[in-house]
Amino acid sequence: MADAPLLDVRDLKVLFRQGDTESPAVDGVSFTLEPGRTLGLVGESGSGKSVTALSIVRLLGRAAVIQGQVLFKGEDLLAYREARLREIRGAHITMVFQEPMTSLNPLHTIERQIGEILELHGARGAERIKARIVELLQEVGIPNPSQRLGAFPHQLSGGQRQRVMIAMALANRPGLFIADEPTTALDVTVQAQILELLKQLQTRHHMAMLFITHDLGIVRKIADDVAVMQKGKIVETNKVADLFAAPRHPYTKALIAAEPKGTPPAIDLAAKIILEARDIRIWFPVKRGFFRRTVGFVKAVDGVSVCVREAETVGVVGESGSGKTTLGLALLRLIRCEGAIVFLGRPIDGLKFKAMRPLRRDMQIVFQDPYGSLSPRLPVGDIVAEGLGVQYKAMSLQQQREIVAQALADTGLDRAAMDRYPHEFSGGQRQRIAIARAIVLEPKFIVLDEPTSALDMSVQAQIVDLLRDLQKRRGLAYLFISHDLKVVRALASEIIVMRDGKVVESGPALELLAKPRSAYTRALFAAAFDIKAEPGAVLGQ
Amino acid sequence: MRGPLPDGAIVAKPFAPAGRTPRRFRLSPINRRRLENFKANKRGYWSFWIFLFFFVLSLFSEFIANDKPLLVVYKGEILLPILHDYPEEKFGGFLAQTDYRDTVIAKEVAGHGFMIWPPIRYSYKTINRQLPVPAPSPPTWMLSEAQCRAAAKRFDKGQPHGDCRDIEWNWLGTDDQGRDVLARLLYGFRLSLLFGLTLAGISSIVGIAAGAVQGYFGGWTDLIFQRFIEIWSSLPHLYLLIIISSIITPSFFVLLGILLLFSWVSLVHVVRAEFLRARNFEYVNAARALGLSNGAIIVKHVLPNAMVATLTFLPFVLNSSITTLTALDFLGFGLPPGSPSLGELLLQGKSNLAAPWLGLTGFLVIAIMLSLLVFIGEAVRDAFDPRKTLF
Repeated sequence: MADAPLLDVRDLKVLFRQGDTESPAVDGVSFTLEPGRTLGLVGESGSGKSVTALSIVRLLGRAAVIQGQVLFKGEDLLAYREARLREIRGAHITMVFQEPMTSLNPLHTIERQIGEILELHGARGAERIKARIVELLQEVGIPNPSQRLGAFPHQLSGGQRQRVMIAMALANRPGLFIADEPTTALDVTVQAQILELLKQLQTRHHMAMLFITHDLGIVRKIADDVAVMQKGKIVETNKVADLFAAPRHPYTKALIAAEPKGTPPAIDLAAKIILEARDIRIWFPVKRGFFRRTVGFVKAVDGVSVCVREAETVGVVGESGSGKTTLGLALLRLIRCEGAIVFLGRPIDGLKFKAMRPLRRDMQIVFQDPYGSLSPRLPVGDIVAEGLGVQYKAMSLQQQREIVAQALADTGLDRAAMDRYPHEFSGGQRQRIAIARAIVLEPKFIVLDEPTSALDMSVQAQIVDLLRDLQKRRGLAYLFISHDLKVVRALASEIIVMRDGKVVESGPALELLAKPRSAYTRALFAAAFDIKAEPGAVLGQ
Repeated sequence: MRGPLPDGAIVAKPFAPAGRTPRRFRLSPINRRRLENFKANKRGYWSFWIFLFFFVLSLFSEFIANDKPLLVVYKGEILLPILHDYPEEKFGGFLAQTDYRDTVIAKEVAGHGFMIWPPIRYSYKTINRQLPVPAPSPPTWMLSEAQCRAAAKRFDKGQPHGDCRDIEWNWLGTDDQGRDVLARLLYGFRLSLLFGLTLAGISSIVGIAAGAVQGYFGGWTDLIFQRFIEIWSSLPHLYLLIIISSIITPSFFVLLGILLLFSWVSLVHVVRAEFLRARNFEYVNAARALGLSNGAIIVKHVLPNAMVATLTFLPFVLNSSITTLTALDFLGFGLPPGSPSLGELLLQGKSNLAAPWLGLTGFLVIAIMLSLLVFIGEAVRDAFDPRKTLF
């Protein structure tokens, strides 16, 4: 067995059955993995990366039909009985999933959750187990581990939860460690820390790691070999350095070239000011006791000033929980706030909802999740035309349809899309529909709330191009909210860096990106552009 | 009114017909999938058709079981006794209403024309005065030959060899007042269902409205409403109903009103939960950003989400409405005496244990009806199961 690889996947095929239809998710995938090495499995959503990983330990449920061979230490896992497979899972092969919020049981303490895995695979003796848990938590970098044993998942931050997940995965010293997008749900700075931790642990324990991600930057950082997946097939496998230096397959080339490009328009101080807000505050009262006295405030946004000019983009960056989205909603007066907002030369703070209605045609919003922001029960035409119906009551249906068709065409969609339903479209197309809904009213100002975060890399670039193009043609002012600095760099002329509801730093994008003044901004940029954890950036933990 | 538009944006003719009317008549793909799922549940699908058959049949009870003929041709005149009341004068009598079952009238009409009767010649309140044995009399097919002969002889119709074929049949016997059980069953089934449907319908509307307001606005509205509902639903319903219906003379609509007081609560929780969830959906926020009013958002964007849960519950709400009415009738606090009701039939079955056909038919009809509804409900639940309608 000396020469056999640790994991040898041969011609793996996975079919999903629903009713009478069979849809192939993985179509003949083969790869091998040696101990101590990391294979990065890269691809866009729907390419079958996760399904491949889940079918290695057969976690797919009954609807999936798995064919082929998965040889682990020379034995075919697909031929194992369920009971034997359970001995492998959690002991020899372990997994960490994407969503740290839902991968831990909210009702159990972390001691119990890690202890369970140890006990299941043969550890005995309460004291010994406890000592081992503390040791594991220490290893994954949880501060004061012996005091955190009784903590429940909700008392931990996202990064810490992912660390606990990693501790659980490492508990039985696995030979193979599968990480399924372990950092996608985390902030960039936390992501950098987690990646460093994983790399460290892998070298120390000489594990094999199968790392699944859609982010080529991460692969470059962490993997030794890369397999690129497209539509259920591996189109290219290579060493990391070779792959980035000389991609062979056209799809790989497209993926590598898919980073958002282009430069934002130059700042024109003479341009008309569309929206100016001063000292915006959104404080949520914290009430305690029997009489619900207000004992303090959660300061979601605390004294932020923004000025957006015509045909210009202001980028708002920051980690989750920094108050970016809240700020965007407040500027559109969709949530209550204090502070002065002047829109098109008219103060709008304090206006009632009804009084705001005619102004809404000039201010619009595009949300992050293209799946959640379109009503699944309405055809696209109705979704886009909705604002027209409210704002221009006299308009005939035929007129509406023409304008909707024009808006769809502007966003690169065919007018035939009007009579179809959102689920018939891909994520990128849905985001185009959401943008069409916003621009159909011919607004002057659009809040873009992470419009590219839920999309694949190549689609992101397209949406960024579309947004820039629309801005140029229609003179739109954008407030671009994002945690993704690469996208912000491609769009924003001015940047505001937020942290805990306050502005850390703001200024023209070029200056700020070249010479960040505060340590926080520096750490953020390092994590985002180089995936490096700066020592000064122990954030969000 | 509107700012500059891109060239060629408005090419509409002012009175052009709306281009999207056909879509109204097409099911959306998700609903088509639901319909398929509903059909795929064979038991529920068949139950639905069987139930619908009986329901439609019972809607035409007057044409199936009645003590008036469907059509009378008398002295060249065509009469429709089901639709019009003709005084007996017309046929040479003196009563204000004609009793077509009377032998005298029957002979009179037979002499000058003919009558077409419905399949069952009793209405729910018709008393069979020619019972072969004292009421409650068993189904005619259960009678012995001797009993039939005796009856045929007693109510001699002129046939010399009277046997069971010659007397008027009560397919399921009669109750203790000599009324035909089958006729009462038919009318009672209809009454129960109409009552159940009305009650379920109105209480759904009230419940959805209340749940929608609570869920959508949340905060204090929700808090106060919820506490009120908690207190309201902890009242002992049945006793209150009994007390109220002993003060007010119960009729169909009085009972409906009283039951409605308590039954609207059942859907509120489900709808409220759906609204609480849906009010933070991004497309609801997007609609707010477009300037839609709260009412429009509720109806257009949030309500469809809640409808799934509601429709799933509806057959079961219907079931419980019917059961409540039956229970009240059984206890004697329900519909006024003489009304055809399944509960009353059960009560008779209980007081006349020697006449098992009463209790058995009542039990079977109620059991089958409720089972059918539960099967339909299960199929509806399957159809709306989000796991099966995923794209």
